[in-house]
Amino acid sequence: MTATAPQVRHVAIAGNPNCGKTTIFNALTGLRQRTGNYPGVTVEKKVGRFHGTHGEPFDLLDLPGSYSLQVRSPDEAVARDVLLGRRDDTPRPDVIICVVDASNIERNLYLVAQLLELGIPVVVALNMIDVAEQAGTVIDLAVLREKLGVPVVPMIATKGTGFVELKQALSQPIPPPPHCAPMPEDIEFEVLVLADKLKVRADAARSEALLLLTISDRAHLTEAALGDAALVEAAAGARERLRAAGVDPVAAPVEARYAWIQGVCDAAVRKADQPALSLSDKLDGWLTHPIFGWAAFLGVMVLMFVAIFWVAQVPMDLIDGATSSVADWVKSRVPDGDFQSLLSDGVVTGVGGVVIFLPQILILFFFLGLLEDTGYMARAAFIMDRVMARVGLHGKSFIPLLSSFACAIPGIMATRTIENRKDRLVTILVAPLMSCSARLPVYSLMIAVLIPIASVWQKAGIMLAMYLVGLVAAFVMAWLFKKTLLKSETPMLLLELPPYRWPSFQTVLLRMWERGLIFLRRAGTVILALSIVLWALLTFPKPADPDTTPAQAIAQSYGGRMGHAIEPLIKPLGYDWKIGIGLIGSFAAREVFVGTMGIVYNIEDADDTSEPLRDTMRNEKHASGRPVFTPLVCLGLMVFYVLAMQCVSTIAIVRRETNSWRWPIFQTAYMTALAWLGAFVVYQGGRLLGFQ
Amino acid sequence: MSEAAEHETLAAFTIGQRGRIVGFDLPPEQSQRLLEMGMTKGSEFEVVRFAPLGDPVELKVRGYHLSIRKHEAAGIRVSRL
Repeated sequence: MTATAPQVRHVAIAGNPNCGKTTIFNALTGLRQRTGNYPGVTVEKKVGRFHGTHGEPFDLLDLPGSYSLQVRSPDEAVARDVLLGRRDDTPRPDVIICVVDASNIERNLYLVAQLLELGIPVVVALNMIDVAEQAGTVIDLAVLREKLGVPVVPMIATKGTGFVELKQALSQPIPPPPHCAPMPEDIEFEVLVLADKLKVRADAARSEALLLLTISDRAHLTEAALGDAALVEAAAGARERLRAAGVDPVAAPVEARYAWIQGVCDAAVRKADQPALSLSDKLDGWLTHPIFGWAAFLGVMVLMFVAIFWVAQVPMDLIDGATSSVADWVKSRVPDGDFQSLLSDGVVTGVGGVVIFLPQILILFFFLGLLEDTGYMARAAFIMDRVMARVGLHGKSFIPLLSSFACAIPGIMATRTIENRKDRLVTILVAPLMSCSARLPVYSLMIAVLIPIASVWQKAGIMLAMYLVGLVAAFVMAWLFKKTLLKSETPMLLLELPPYRWPSFQTVLLRMWERGLIFLRRAGTVILALSIVLWALLTFPKPADPDTTPAQAIAQSYGGRMGHAIEPLIKPLGYDWKIGIGLIGSFAAREVFVGTMGIVYNIEDADDTSEPLRDTMRNEKHASGRPVFTPLVCLGLMVFYVLAMQCVSTIAIVRRETNSWRWPIFQTAYMTALAWLGAFVVYQGGRLLGFQ
Repeated sequence: MSEAAEHETLAAFTIGQRGRIVGFDLPPEQSQRLLEMGMTKGSEFEVVRFAPLGDPVELKVRGYHLSIRKHEAAGIRVSRL
């Protein structure tokens, strides 16, 4: 840094959900954005750099999309603290860009009204003016600027219109907002009293006092007052006095802001008298129709899964081929021995086993982004809410569960949109019961062992049955948790149904890229380490006798001994110690089962479609001559894999998202118990009924 | 009670019917959220449709579409337009 370097100005971007905030953030920063975490909390922090019209640098901070500054989730608490200048790790912004959906201006101006109270300069980015015009809404910009007292930039972010003007506005000196919504006298008085007791900068005091005054819940009040007992008492006292005077401290400030907004809109906005039924309304008539709505919903789901499971097959085969080529290349270049084995069997195969799921993850996020950006996601929650409410959850819990069909990691990350902590926990706890793509190789192998010449329909039927087992288990467990451990009311639903729009492909692709990278980084490091550990467990100690067969060598390796050790536990399920090794390996990652079985049964190519492994497993016999993989064992094993928590990456992400080891440990325990029970019922129950 | 008896709740409304918000019989956290979404006293709404399974209900408020459950709708006092 030299003395002549221009000072970076800190800009925060805020806005309601669905106002186009992400599109503007992405257009301003492009790929110059970083996603991290706020220190000490598990809230995502997205920042990016951009340059103004004169080349001056700006650091842009993305605040979570929100309807109000009143805090209802950890994300929003962080946003509030940044805006009040309470976080040491993030500077209080010099300017706030507030994105406003022009076609829904009244409700969007509510957040603006609150931001104006902060005393920080505000620029209003009036987005989607084209949509507003189509709906017959005419906005007089000069009047709006005058009434709000801040710069207002008209934009059509999806078409790239208005960015130059936005940057120009930011390059000018912007004074703090000259006025904001006036409050009733009694409130103004209590705000002054309370603001006096605050130890914050003067320009934030009014806003902070107003926030404290309007919190009705004691626990939330303590949190918002940063545990300051005297302040909590002062706020509670002020609330009492207001109520005694007939002023509702919860409703009055909100109504005062809306009254002010009404005044602004009456002067600056002219709406068509009789708005025509929009295309979006007509579309919704079909897409949420009692019959066609379900058909469309099912169609979208089927399309997504077809893409995830069939379209992804081509790149997955390519990755699979590349992995074997690299392994062969290593074998040809590195001299025989432990090091070669470590590289080819451990590192390359292990990492390849993770990278192979990347196409599915990318396709999933492409679809989720598309559904989100078009507005269909809100309809899916609207349609599914009744079902989710039955088990005490929210329509919003549906999306994380759906994502978990591809991978529980993005699913668990998607629970961040759920405001209630208990509901979020329940969703996290049951999300890994949804059959993820890592179970596919196991299902494929076991189906092949079960029915060697299964028709496509048989395969699909068994596969579907396994998905249903997981789905039903997730709903039953969610219901159980909501009734017992995480007892709470079914949360309130407040779901905006935004008009349908054309998606912004830049937004969708950026999101896909970002999530893909996170997946690769996290899963890649964990699985890499585990592959090495597994390889070592199955390789050491080396047999003393050089003539030992590979099968005997594995039996006496550490891994083999562990398999023998857990044999009494898994015998009631019909498994022997070799399957035990597979289970132990799978607790790190499910897909390792196929590879482990391959190593255990000493097959060179342990691919899930390989004929030899499947046949070896079919021919495998107990000492008594009884076959090991009877139909009941195969089915029980699949059920075990449906229900068991066998994924270190998921455990790690649950630890991160819940900020404690308690929940991941509890989750692993209950799922393992459930899996054992499921496999036990299938095997022993089946035998009682006379099956093999 | 007399005031409550004079007004119906939003839960009694059917598709296409319009009304005006009168007040809330809900926990303060919930009524505050509805207020912040623009459902202030005196504001107009229209019932647009119900979800395929009959719940939640979709409303048009302040020119946009908001969906809430019938359970909460039963706690919103309204007058017909």
